[in-house]
Amino acid sequence: MAYNDKVLDHYENPRNVGSFDKNDDNVGTGMVGAPACGDVMKLQIKVGDDGVINDAKFKTFGCGSAIASSSLVTEWIKGKSLDDALTIKNKDIAEELALPPVKIHCSVLAEDAIKQAITDYKKKQ
Amino acid sequence: MKLPIYMDNQATTPVDPRVLELMIPWFTEKFGNPASSSHSFGWEADTAVKKARKQVADLIGADPKEIIFTSGATESDNIAILGVANFHKERGNHIITLVSEHKAVLDSCRFLESEGFDVTYLPVQDNGLIDLDLLVNAFTDKTILVTVMAANNEIGVIQPLAQIGALCRERKVYFHTDAAQGVGKYPIDVNKMNIDLLSISGHKFYAPKGVGALYVRRRPRVRLKPVMFGGGHERGIRSGTLPTPLLVGLGAACEIAAQDMESDNRRILALRERMRQGILGQLSDVVVNGDLEQRLAGNLNISFNYVEGESLMMAIKDVAVSSGSACTSASLEPSYVLRALGVNEEMAHTSIRFGLGRFSTEEEVDFVVKTIVKAVNKLREMSPLWEMAQEGINMDDIEWAAH
Amino acid sequence: MIYLDHNATSPVREEVVEQIIPYFREFSGNPSSVHNPGRAAQKGLDDARRKVAGLVDVHASQVIFTSGGTEANNLALMGVASKFDFKGRIITSTIEHPSVLQMCDLLESRGMQIVKIGVDEQGVVDLDSLEAAITPDTCLISIMHANNETGVVQPVADIANICRHRDVLFHSDTVQSVAKLPVTLANIGADMISLSAHKFGGPKGVGALIINNRLKFPGILLGGSQERGRRAGTENLPGIVGFGAAADLLIDGQKDYADFLFGLRNQLEEKLSNLVPELVIFGNNSERLANTTAVGIAGLDGETLVMHMDMAGFAISAGSACGSGRTKASHVLTAMGYDGAIGQSAVRISLGWDTKAADIDKFVMVFSRTVKQLQQMSAPLTMAV
Repeated sequence: MAYNDKVLDHYENPRNVGSFDKNDDNVGTGMVGAPACGDVMKLQIKVGDDGVINDAKFKTFGCGSAIASSSLVTEWIKGKSLDDALTIKNKDIAEELALPPVKIHCSVLAEDAIKQAITDYKKKQ
Repeated sequence: MKLPIYMDNQATTPVDPRVLELMIPWFTEKFGNPASSSHSFGWEADTAVKKARKQVADLIGADPKEIIFTSGATESDNIAILGVANFHKERGNHIITLVSEHKAVLDSCRFLESEGFDVTYLPVQDNGLIDLDLLVNAFTDKTILVTVMAANNEIGVIQPLAQIGALCRERKVYFHTDAAQGVGKYPIDVNKMNIDLLSISGHKFYAPKGVGALYVRRRPRVRLKPVMFGGGHERGIRSGTLPTPLLVGLGAACEIAAQDMESDNRRILALRERMRQGILGQLSDVVVNGDLEQRLAGNLNISFNYVEGESLMMAIKDVAVSSGSACTSASLEPSYVLRALGVNEEMAHTSIRFGLGRFSTEEEVDFVVKTIVKAVNKLREMSPLWEMAQEGINMDDIEWAAH
Repeated sequence: MIYLDHNATSPVREEVVEQIIPYFREFSGNPSSVHNPGRAAQKGLDDARRKVAGLVDVHASQVIFTSGGTEANNLALMGVASKFDFKGRIITSTIEHPSVLQMCDLLESRGMQIVKIGVDEQGVVDLDSLEAAITPDTCLISIMHANNETGVVQPVADIANICRHRDVLFHSDTVQSVAKLPVTLANIGADMISLSAHKFGGPKGVGALIINNRLKFPGILLGGSQERGRRAGTENLPGIVGFGAAADLLIDGQKDYADFLFGLRNQLEEKLSNLVPELVIFGNNSERLANTTAVGIAGLDGETLVMHMDMAGFAISAGSACGSGRTKASHVLTAMGYDGAIGQSAVRISLGWDTKAADIDKFVMVFSRTVKQLQQMSAPLTMAV
């Protein structure tokens, strides 16, 4: 549990914690993971008329790395187009946070959450 | 108050300063090998070993001749279980134990299964205690050994050793107990409880690490095959130079435990209750795992629903506790002990073990309560599960995509 | 009281005790715990492991901490035996430590073939017999580096060569030779060597088996993933820290230490031989550990001599320190052919880091005087027979 400073920073000062109204047409919600596995991540995006993600929020049940991964991606996807957001790979997240092998699944979850949120948004359009 | 606060006394304890003081001279001035029979350095060390052996024996109502010194409870468990099994395999090949035992017991049993033994792993009740009816029904004419722990390392529940011992004695089956968490914490008497073999760990009750003992009954005599071989130390059951300073420490810790047990327990129990009430009074959706009555005074194991254990440990980094969360275990599985109680995986992930001890203080307890309440509230604000619960969504209705 | 029984055990060095003490209280966490105190303990463990690895020139992952030399020897033999499914042959010598010999007895009872190679009168293992004993199903040769009773050093480099050519694993019990000879895994040429901390200024209750990284085998203690699953149980952290500290002290000073002991030992043997001409030094013509002198004087009883020396303020031993508390005819001297009166008279003088030149002078004086007294006392008896 010797965490890297970036993980600690995101864990202690998580960015963009919160929720949007999931019934709002401009909001896409991704919920991934399972309580039995020890991590559940909820990632929400708010997309503008120009197709750019102008806000993002998360809530996460999980270890420090899971929280940091979701906090990090909310920062990364803000201001990105949907297509650009989809280019974010778990490897990028794991590298940025220097996640050890046992925590790689946290970055995978974060990537999945982005995809699911975007899919959910597109479905509403 | 010094930070971090150590509240993980079931993992290990610091050496009591009174114990340490007695150990020091045995490293340098009185350094002889207790097996050196030809000079006074050896005799002096041997005298110290004898004294320690008696101190250990006295604590559990045994005879000094029945105490075998080992490197710790893991080794004691190995010797007891493998030793009895190997000696008596002609008579029977069945062993009974609990699913919630320590790994040293479970792994020894699994090894014996690979050698052709049958092992019954009894489930425990949802309070963590053995179901004696199940035990009675598990005996067969091939049963040679029952091994049940004195107190559980994760949830602190105390098994009814006297009743188990009586059942074993009636059937002439050996009874071993891994008492690593029990010895020194509450009264254990090998004769009153009909215990035939008992494992002791020094570092769980303020003696040093690297030393333990195995009680092996002489009347009726328990015969076992040794696991370690060499100079014939310890009645041939456990060879190797005896580490005098560590034994002096173990002996002293036993004597202090016997003398302070009552007052220590009264004080530690009061602290634990203060802690339990403090937490339960301020947080909803928290559950204490394991029986509250039949329990070590110093153990409190709580599941904080909707908050993952490892992230909670991070949030209270000034407090050293342990978690049943998979993320903190080498196996990446949530605690098998909690699972054995019927605690679901989700709740197992949210559990924290608080281990109070001889050196815990009220000030520390209050600090921990304050810290934990704050951290749980903060993490719940971040938890999608908490949010759903507040919205009245039933988690069981959701199809989770496992990964 | 002057202590000259360092092969049995040595006092812990003050510098080592100072490093141990904090691990009883300040850094008393369990290295398996993930919290702060646990990580501090883990760091102590890692540092110590690196120091021990440094002493014998291996990577830290090759160090398996044990409760001492006995367990290390047990682990080596048991580990290889179970790797080979308790089939095949193990070759050892007649002069090994009981922790090797008795483990061999057990393995024999489990169906393995055990061959014990003898030694010559100088205490050296016969290499021809050793080589001749190797069969295609021989899985392990276990020969100690230096004998605890006589200090005689075995030709481990030659044995290692033989093992390499014949594709047999080689274990060497180096418990007595570490610190007195430059012992590294590569120097010995072994796949495994055993160490014990208390023989060179570390605490009792801790040792290690150093293994070749290619070698994989199950541990003997079950029930935890400590030591990479090869040795379960909460680590003896203060002990391990002390082991590391003692190893660290040696890394720079090993050669000086050996020279220092060698000087003292030569002084001892020269003076003894002059004053007691009938004295026999066992293994005299062999390479021996710089600190060990085993002597015999036909007609005397070693036990009695040792007791008189104790009363006169000198701690030496007759035979080795073993758990039974009684001394019997030494299996080592018997193997060297000294099974009669001379074997009965054997005593061992072993020097250590706290031995001083003046101690040697005092010892020689008292020893020769005591020998003369005992000889006079027993003379009439001898004549009567």
